[in-house]
Amino acid sequence: MSVQPENSMTSSAAMIRALGLIAAICGVIIVGVYEITLNAVNANRKIALERQVFKVLPMAKSVQAYDALAGGIAPAGDHDAPAGAVRFYAAYDAAGKLAGIAAEGSSAGYADQVRVLYAYDPEKQVITGLGVVSMRETPGIGDKILVDKAFIQNFVALDVALSSDMKTLANAVKTVKHGTKSHPWEIDAISGATVTSKAVGRGINESAQVLLPKLVPNLAQLRSKS
Amino acid sequence: MNAPASNFDEFMDGLWKQNPIFVMVLGMCPTLAVTVSAINSISMGLATTFVLAASCLLVSMLRHAIPKEVRIASYIVIIATFVTVVDYAIQAISLELYEALGAYIKLIVANCVLLGRAEAHAAKNPPLPATLNAIGMGLGFTIGLLSIGAVREILGAGALFGIPLFGPHFQPWVVMVLPPGGFFVLAGWLIVFAAIKARKQRLQEAENKAPAGAKA
Repeated sequence: MSVQPENSMTSSAAMIRALGLIAAICGVIIVGVYEITLNAVNANRKIALERQVFKVLPMAKSVQAYDALAGGIAPAGDHDAPAGAVRFYAAYDAAGKLAGIAAEGSSAGYADQVRVLYAYDPEKQVITGLGVVSMRETPGIGDKILVDKAFIQNFVALDVALSSDMKTLANAVKTVKHGTKSHPWEIDAISGATVTSKAVGRGINESAQVLLPKLVPNLAQLRSKS
Repeated sequence: MNAPASNFDEFMDGLWKQNPIFVMVLGMCPTLAVTVSAINSISMGLATTFVLAASCLLVSMLRHAIPKEVRIASYIVIIATFVTVVDYAIQAISLELYEALGAYIKLIVANCVLLGRAEAHAAKNPPLPATLNAIGMGLGFTIGLLSIGAVREILGAGALFGIPLFGPHFQPWVVMVLPPGGFFVLAGWLIVFAAIKARKQRLQEAENKAPAGAKA
């Protein structure tokens, strides 16, 4: 390229003008698309969540999100749970009666966070179902937590009763080595997928330890659909 | 390129002669990461095609308004805009797909096919050929992803587009859907393409010799 005299130099104003013009065009495009897709995205999120809750609570017909705060429970807004609060979902059957509670637990697995959704039966104080929100565990090994029949049996009635002072679980949920489960609050790990099994147990324990002491005293508030 | 290319040539360029994956070996990050299944590959390919076409169109339309001193910043902003658009669009279409593609949708912004096209082609050509060239490149990219994704899904999960092919007794070759499988299958395809190219070259040489009298 030959060196040109000054007249081919771009003035600073022209550069700023060009960048400003592009930023303005791009800004309009982004905001426009955001506004257009917002409703569809929110609707999708709601459907995805309901589908997951219905999977762990098959009797459920409708779902309502709540936040468990320090002082009690309150219906959740559109945004993420505020700091310190735990988001949970009250599921109701066709008659509008409480069918169960679903909440999320998350812990580091082999590849990434394993996020699970568990169903809680407030009458029996047990966990009655397990679903996976997201995980990137090894196909054929870690992802067996969804299909391994013996592992799923752990979540038919996993004991999460509160201790007498209602501040913690009477017995922490714990994942034990494959074949050594001896208490109703223990999870029998999948042989060969111990890391993922342990992540599930840890996720449930951490979530239940925080959520249940806040939730159980306020159950009356949830008995029927508001 | 020598003679001014026709619109058809512009379109076919990326599909075969300059295929971004098999010939130029560009954009390897999504190529290896998201091609665990055919449907993921197609979605990623089409998302990239859209970003490529839209940003090349805009770059080409603005090519006289963008001073060369700030062109990279301008291209990146334009590409980032359309990546954001695709990001929202996929969330609106299917959250499942959005989760499956994960961070790689946002990473389209760093795919060198995009900046490469904007800089090497769209900035020097009028909107129509620039867009056609971009769509051709995008589809070439999609075909590349799909040929890797299909092989990985068939071998690693015994299915294609989620439909089981071999019945319940198939033992999946799990490594194929793990990261190393991406390298294996990509390498396999590169061998195939190199072989085709070498064969073509031999044929051409033979043809060139033929008029000189030597008959094979």
